[in-house]
Amino acid sequence: MSSTSPEHNVAFDPHAHPHDHASDRHLPEVSAGLDAGHARAHSDAWLSDVAVGYEGRPVLAKVTLAIEPGTLLAVVGPNGAGKSTLLKLLAGLLRPWTGRIEVLGHPPGQQARRVAYVPQAELVDWAFPVTVGDVVMMGRYPKLGPIRRPGADDRRAVKEALAKVGMTDHAATQIGRLSGGQRRRVFLARALVGEPDVYLLDEPVTGIDATTQEDLMDILESEARRGRTVVATTHDLACAAQRFQSVLAVNGTVIAHGPSSLVLDQDVLAATYGGHLLVLGGGAVVLDDAHHHDEPAPGERHFHDGSGEGG
Amino acid sequence: MDALLEPLSLGFFVRALVASTMVGAVCAIVGTYVVLKGIAFIGDAISHAAFPGIVAAYMLSIPFYLGAGLAAVGTALAIGFVTRHARIRQDTAIGVLFAGSFALGVFMFSTIQGYVADLYGFLFGNVLAISFDDLVALAVLSTIVLLVVVVLWKELLYATFDPLGAGASGFRTDWLEYVFLALVALTIVISLQAVGIILVVAMLVTPAAAAQLLTVRFGRMMGLAVMIGAGSAVAGLYLSFWLDAASGATIVLVETLVFLVVLALGPRTGLLARRRRGRNAATTDVVTTGR
Repeated sequence: MSSTSPEHNVAFDPHAHPHDHASDRHLPEVSAGLDAGHARAHSDAWLSDVAVGYEGRPVLAKVTLAIEPGTLLAVVGPNGAGKSTLLKLLAGLLRPWTGRIEVLGHPPGQQARRVAYVPQAELVDWAFPVTVGDVVMMGRYPKLGPIRRPGADDRRAVKEALAKVGMTDHAATQIGRLSGGQRRRVFLARALVGEPDVYLLDEPVTGIDATTQEDLMDILESEARRGRTVVATTHDLACAAQRFQSVLAVNGTVIAHGPSSLVLDQDVLAATYGGHLLVLGGGAVVLDDAHHHDEPAPGERHFHDGSGEGG
Repeated sequence: MDALLEPLSLGFFVRALVASTMVGAVCAIVGTYVVLKGIAFIGDAISHAAFPGIVAAYMLSIPFYLGAGLAAVGTALAIGFVTRHARIRQDTAIGVLFAGSFALGVFMFSTIQGYVADLYGFLFGNVLAISFDDLVALAVLSTIVLLVVVVLWKELLYATFDPLGAGASGFRTDWLEYVFLALVALTIVISLQAVGIILVVAMLVTPAAAAQLLTVRFGRMMGLAVMIGAGSAVAGLYLSFWLDAASGATIVLVETLVFLVVLALGPRTGLLARRRRGRNAATTDVVTTGR
């Protein structure tokens, strides 16, 4: 695991959240805003007082955040909290209403070839006539430039990426015939094949079996160890606690950001999930249906074919 | 054999054959994206929006392709803009635009003194009346469409399959969307003389829809769609000649028949395949669900 910031304190701002249930409790210290210039210069992703939403409806506000290179970061929060929206901001798919964002030292989208984005499974048309190999090859398209077709190097890279995620035998399979776990493997392979510096993964481990989850997390961990930055949204708090080095709790704004052991604390989770959190004798249980996802953004098509669930 | 060769001695038939084959092929190529993006209704809207352009071109004695092209491309870009920026649902916006522009065309047409023009020809096309100059214009426009598809092959495929992923990896998906809508508009303009405003959406959608039932590869789907589109055009034109029936409608009927046959007999959705699957129900289940 690569080193994180020297001070391991958690950024936490209970007052930023509209449904603040925890303001009277003792919460971790706030560190956001300290040494802002240093954070900006040494981060792969940097947001300053960002607000954004869809069709006039705000989704995120007052987001200030710095993500250092080599971080394996889980973004947690209830449905509609703005997890996917945050990823889209970093991917340059959404322009912020206010505030500033830098990804790899530039405005989002300018370093697109060094960034891999994987959408939620619901946003992919699984009936589309492409094979596993075709999808992974798309990860090479940005590097190819206009008109050029994939060559031997690209085919070798696709093969290696498929081997890495254990899908070599399925290269010629149409994507709709894959299980939910296999689908996530394929999209991770598409991200890997572009050799990005920043991974933005929307629900990479949702609705998949334990083996696949372990395999995918092993890959992401090794990418983070090589200095790559991994930002993944998840509903799975156990996975966030066990496999991610740091956690960002969001609900309309940043509730807390820091090492997973500190952020995944009962009080922070109460502030993040509000009424959706059930506390049972020292352990917190999130009453949040992991199989539901955020409301579709305007213009997005959602695909549900059922056959890919579980697996 | 004579029945096939005899019409080829007629100049107008040969011109119509070349025109409808080109139209069938180009529509199938662009239609592959239309089907996969699920925007058949946009094709319908653009073709109806071309009507006032055609009538205006007739009234002002300017080339047909110019009037239809301006109206269709203008509407296509307006749809793209409305989809991105307006706060109304896309299908609502298109419904308004589609009927409104068609009404404008009918209104303009009704003001033409004594209805000299042939409304039927505008609405359903008449490929047998195509002139050599029209054929040249058609070939030029088809080449433009094909070139754009070849040059932007990767970009269009990626943006059609996964617009978010393509946008995040640096492709200008907003710009690609406008280019694509302009391609649809251009394709519709190309097709108007062969099949007319009302039926052009079938030329776009039907061959690609049939092809999708036959393959799981994008390139092959497009290739099959072209074969179905061009083949149906040839078969339909001959049939219409022998039966003395409307050419555009006959071509569309042949395409529809091909689609229905593929639907019934195709390897993935067909009744035969389903029966075969029924016998191997247990193993198939494992394959499709992966459990």
